[in-house]
Amino acid sequence: MQRKSQLVVPRRRFVQGLALGAAGLGLMPRTLLARQGHSGAATLHGDTFHLTLGGADVNITGKSLPATTINGSLPGPTLRWREGDTVTLKVTNLLPETSSIHWHGILLPFQMDGVPGLSYDGIAPGQTFTYRFPVRQSGSYWYHSHSGFQEQTGIYGAIVIDPKTVDPHPVDRDEVVVLSDWSDASPEHIFATLKKQSDYYNFHERTLADTWHDMREKGLVQTLKDRHMWNTMRMSQSDIADVTGYTYTYLMNGRSPADNWTLQFHPGERIRLRFINASAMTFFDIRIPGLDMTVVAMDGQPVTPVSFHECRLGVAETLDVIVEPRGDRAYTLFAQSIDRSGFVRGTLTPDPALQADVPAMDKPPLLTARDMGMDMSTMKMDGMDMGKMNNMDEHMAGMDHKGGMSMSAMDNMDEHQDGMTAMAMPHKRQSHTMHMDSDKRGAPFAEDPHNPDLPARQSATEHAASEHGPGVDMRAMMPQPMLDDPGPGLRDRQWKVLTYADVETAGGPPDSSHADRDIVLHLTGNMERYMWSFNGIKFADSVPLQLHHGERVRITLVNDTMMTHPIHLHGMWSDLELGDGKLLRKHTVTVKPGEKVSYLVRADAPGRWAYHCHLLYHMQAGMFREVRVIDGEENA
Amino acid sequence: MRARWILGLLPLLTITPTQAMDKHEPAFSKVLLDRLEARDLDIGTQFAWDLSAWYGGDIDKLYFATEGDYLTGAGEDNGTERAETRIAWSRAFAPFWDWQLGARRDWKPDHPNRDWGSIGVQGLAPYRFEMDATLFIGEAGLSQLRLAAEYELLFTQRLILTPRLEANAYGKEDTRNGIGTGLTTLEGGLRLRYEIRRRFAPYIGVNWERQYGDTADFSRAAGEDIQTTSLVAGIRAWY
Repeated sequence: MQRKSQLVVPRRRFVQGLALGAAGLGLMPRTLLARQGHSGAATLHGDTFHLTLGGADVNITGKSLPATTINGSLPGPTLRWREGDTVTLKVTNLLPETSSIHWHGILLPFQMDGVPGLSYDGIAPGQTFTYRFPVRQSGSYWYHSHSGFQEQTGIYGAIVIDPKTVDPHPVDRDEVVVLSDWSDASPEHIFATLKKQSDYYNFHERTLADTWHDMREKGLVQTLKDRHMWNTMRMSQSDIADVTGYTYTYLMNGRSPADNWTLQFHPGERIRLRFINASAMTFFDIRIPGLDMTVVAMDGQPVTPVSFHECRLGVAETLDVIVEPRGDRAYTLFAQSIDRSGFVRGTLTPDPALQADVPAMDKPPLLTARDMGMDMSTMKMDGMDMGKMNNMDEHMAGMDHKGGMSMSAMDNMDEHQDGMTAMAMPHKRQSHTMHMDSDKRGAPFAEDPHNPDLPARQSATEHAASEHGPGVDMRAMMPQPMLDDPGPGLRDRQWKVLTYADVETAGGPPDSSHADRDIVLHLTGNMERYMWSFNGIKFADSVPLQLHHGERVRITLVNDTMMTHPIHLHGMWSDLELGDGKLLRKHTVTVKPGEKVSYLVRADAPGRWAYHCHLLYHMQAGMFREVRVIDGEENA
Repeated sequence: MRARWILGLLPLLTITPTQAMDKHEPAFSKVLLDRLEARDLDIGTQFAWDLSAWYGGDIDKLYFATEGDYLTGAGEDNGTERAETRIAWSRAFAPFWDWQLGARRDWKPDHPNRDWGSIGVQGLAPYRFEMDATLFIGEAGLSQLRLAAEYELLFTQRLILTPRLEANAYGKEDTRNGIGTGLTTLEGGLRLRYEIRRRFAPYIGVNWERQYGDTADFSRAAGEDIQTTSLVAGIRAWY
């Protein structure tokens, strides 16, 4: 069923779009759709590629402004590789500054990874760098600059790798859908603005009218109680995205909402859409009203197929879906930003004259105590009345207890009955530690001489000394596994929202060996100062994280911030632990506020690798680590 | 001449983006003209300014502030009534708090200048009160404590009411400047601004100021009001 709706665009964006629509083909039926790869960017095939990074003026919002481009286009050309080939990529930099190309999610020698300062020195102006490496995987990936803020201004493009063997999901039509965010303001300006006033782009702050509304709905006392935590923590409940539709125009294959990227199909076709979130800062909630999607791959890796209606795609993640649209109508491909400050849409249609309704954006979501890792009332625990803990919020605000609670594997709590009594009631100064991780051998998070940045911890959720300081404004008290939680803004959907918990890597665990070692990293930050870090230590103050060549490590991430972070490890897979030994192989793992996740990494790629939050301004602010995979015991 | 010198400094204040994942940390700067306003007084129109600026990284910043009043009207007291400038090293010591170590100079026509050393704390208190508490130690045993608090109440995303309260107290009287010991002045303001842009907002409001103790007596003796309430209109801007 198609939902009845209309195109509601905030006026400013509508005006922007209109200007472009008038200038280009915009709202007119498009006639150029018959050819393949009409993403606005060319598709390049073969095993040798020439890419030129340069400057060009683009007109996204009605103003012609300088952008950085690849072969003159934004996004850059889609690169079509074949698994088993050795590809050669000659990248020439015509920009006046150093540039680089990183092949996101691709397994390769670290010298080919394209991170200036780690893989190489970058590509100087006027120089050409030749990348050459064997292609050992297939699926949907992407590439982008790893220099400065060039990723924001246009240096990104899609990579599609055809499998060596038969495609498990043969389709009639195969399309790349690159989602991104464009600002007329320079990224340097955006970053500086965030440092000066971090809520600059948030126009969903709670106002007096909201307070009045809450008071009428919930009463004065309850309203004050609800606000108490946020007020004492000096946090904004509407702080969902740092950079918003106030400055961003969201793009689908380089086209704005008014420019309406359109895919024409023939009735009866089976279509694979390869969604790639190439944004600098934007999480997208994607759906096609009236059409079910079936996921077949995430981050390029095949997963067990699951039918769904909507999915939140993190920055840098990719998602392959199969759709089989009916031949008698058009569909809107709708992607709204996580904070509902803007959207981009495209059209799937059998007839260029047909368009479908564009749904309205949802109300902006608000964070809850649960997102702050401070609420236990939503935990799934058999045999325990968690409802009794509903009034815990008031005790949690500002609470800063030692110890902490590791709630991993909560779904199979039965095995850990010993931990239960201790949980019966939290005390204001909780000193006991409840470690419920499956790994119970001694202190699992012992000190590691090779990694002085990693403090010893009694549990993954215990907060280290470095997490107390000017750079860290909050610490989640009870972070929980939330793999089956679609996240803020998607919890009350009447339809199926895809989560990590719904899928696993097709064919079972790609590597089922146990972890040799545990590494715990807390995602930390200070929104007010716009500082971001791991374990309270920003990149500038950090030492490289050392892994031993060949070892299998479990990395546990605890999100101590109110933001959702897409965490990307270069060069090696992140095998997300779904419970019961199930794994989901990814290159970028989205961690929701208040969430604790763990993944296994096989350190099979020696060298120097980047490991960071893929929100561009978080990375630049310091949520970044160098990972060194070393042989033997040497201190590289 | 001076303008050219300032322009020459500007390139130093612009940030340099990191080209590589090196550990270079960029510095930023902000200039906030918090209040530039006209006050409607009995004796004429008073213009008041309050400007602060910083330059630096996440933890350490160079801080500068200036405030003062300028009177225009029919009377003979036209001109700058008072002005002060502050310069400080500001260092973040807690998530929401900076301490500041610096110096201040006060200037008042026909009165001796006063120089002070300062130590203060600035930051965001629970419930998002912006606080500034500074102790000034001056020449000849003079001392002053200044406490200021401000709050932002959002009517809409752009229409913002800011109540502000400032208290000043002296540890030793400064008779040559007409200041007694103890609480000397209280100043309260209520300003309603509309953010046309985040960076630019005109406002209207009321400002109230009252002197206390010996300070009030000195003023009475000089035939001046010890309390003024005025309508104000001005702009808030930052860059």
